[in-house]
Amino acid sequence: MSDHESTYVPKTAFERWMDSRLPIIRFGADYMALPTPKNLNYWWTFGAILTFCLITQIVTGVVLAMHYVPHVDHAFGSVERIMRDVNGGDLIRYTHANGASMFFLAIYIHMMRGLYYGSYKAPREMIWMLGVVIFLLVMATAFLGYVLPWGQMSFHGAVVITNLIGSIPVIGESITTWLWGGFSVDNPTLNRFFSLHYLLPFVIFGVVVMHLWALHHAGQNNPVGILIPKERTAKDTVPFHPYYTVKDGFALLVFLILFATFVFFNPNALGHADNYIPANPLQTPAHIVPEWYLLPFYAILRAIPDKFGGVIAMFGSIGVLFILPWLDTSKVRSMRYRPTMKLFFLIFVAVALLLGWCGAQLPDAPVIPGLPSPVLFDGELNSYLWLTRLLTAYYFAFFLIIMPIVGLKETPLPVPASIAEPVLDHDESKA
Amino acid sequence: MTDAQVDPHAPVEGQDPNRRDFIHIAAGAAAVGAGAVAVWPLINQMNPSADTLALASIEFDLTKVAEGQQVVVKWRGKPVFVRYRTPAEIQAARSVSMGELKDPQTDADRVKDGRDQYLVVVGSCTHLGCVPTFGTGDYGGWFCPCHGSHYDTSGRIRKGPAPLNLEVPEYEYLSDTRVRIG
Repeated sequence: MSDHESTYVPKTAFERWMDSRLPIIRFGADYMALPTPKNLNYWWTFGAILTFCLITQIVTGVVLAMHYVPHVDHAFGSVERIMRDVNGGDLIRYTHANGASMFFLAIYIHMMRGLYYGSYKAPREMIWMLGVVIFLLVMATAFLGYVLPWGQMSFHGAVVITNLIGSIPVIGESITTWLWGGFSVDNPTLNRFFSLHYLLPFVIFGVVVMHLWALHHAGQNNPVGILIPKERTAKDTVPFHPYYTVKDGFALLVFLILFATFVFFNPNALGHADNYIPANPLQTPAHIVPEWYLLPFYAILRAIPDKFGGVIAMFGSIGVLFILPWLDTSKVRSMRYRPTMKLFFLIFVAVALLLGWCGAQLPDAPVIPGLPSPVLFDGELNSYLWLTRLLTAYYFAFFLIIMPIVGLKETPLPVPASIAEPVLDHDESKA
Repeated sequence: MTDAQVDPHAPVEGQDPNRRDFIHIAAGAAAVGAGAVAVWPLINQMNPSADTLALASIEFDLTKVAEGQQVVVKWRGKPVFVRYRTPAEIQAARSVSMGELKDPQTDADRVKDGRDQYLVVVGSCTHLGCVPTFGTGDYGGWFCPCHGSHYDTSGRIRKGPAPLNLEVPEYEYLSDTRVRIG
């Protein structure tokens, strides 16, 4: 997978025997010896954290599938049985459910890291695009998994999301019926969602392998954002092990404290109480919202008054990430040296968080209660509807307008020629 | 290999495709076709099966619903509202001019002749399929809690993101008090 010269020397007879047949030990040794930029900060530890999250979800999921029954009459009951009767079942399910949230938390930080340090720019476009594919697959898997307990939120969430597809002109209805396997979300739907929920994590695993392959081929980015020249490799890199295995391991431990806090002390904090009511197709919960990690996209969906337009905007908000490497016109990767862009980036992070907040509110509700406001088109200006529209406009403008223009207009700060330079300069100025 | 040994089948630039090219293209096309034929059953298995489609109609006894009330029955996995409308509700539905409607349809078109009091609609919001509740909207009819669509006493969309009126399912009167839906 990695392209650096192999320094592995088989020591034992067994290793030599293996090395000429299946060089898997060499592969592992090369992986551990991978030259890694020596200035990677803690934002770079989320790749390892995400690997841990994926493995945790697969392991707990496979175990849960041993007790879960994918049938409308038994799904809810089997989940309750996991919670009450299966040995340690509550711990396993809470780990899986909160694990999804932790997975998304890490994904969002990982993506923001990539955005800030320009990790998507040449020659790393494939790493970024594969990452977006993984993001989409993780969202799909999370949605499918959320349907399985067959509670009220599960059921009506599935109804709303599958109906989104029905808004596609001409073929939408046929696709929806095909997805449902009937006239509505019902037993065939639950069955296939279970099958796909089991399948997709392994697909994700496959794409992760390609993500890493591309990463090790192009080389890791670093906070300074420069490509390390060949002749400086020895000076500017350190072997992955033990330097980054230890750093990643420490970050993982800190992350696990947060994870464990949720699992052991507040396992339902990120869920909805309505999902502990068995699915009832005849009644929708009064306030239906997706899980927190999908809220920004849900907000964008609702911001558009047209049904199909909303779906386009929602998928477009992720689709735009695919062309991100070509929207950024700047020659400088790291925003550390792009003061103007850094400002727009910080606003973008705030906008993304606010979109998530808006996604959880009723669209017609006023943002500032009691403040009268004029009506613009279809809603009061002082409403989450208009706030969401404003934020949605910034979200798209950031990628489609700000990024190409700022890249051409701004004057970046001087970029150091090597990773060591800024550190050494710093020391000299002190001395 | 000497220069004299030239492949007699090699295509010469600028010439028409020869028989070998034809075989390559035909074999490739056959493989694609066979692949599509093999994949189709794997896709089609997800469509509703015959036994699912067979469960498509139900009967309902109208004497179960009193004036001013509605009964919710499950049909094809979705709720159907059977509403016994009051004269005031019918009046409200009929006094609306077509120009005010997003999806223009007269109230008379949405009920059976001479049985104006019974409104039968699929209780699935035409926006994203949530179940609207009666009596909380701005138009005396239904209100969808998910994204705020308002329907009137004829189940027609009046306000909000839903594009269409609540669907009137196919149904017929078997007798004065019995309907078959579907």
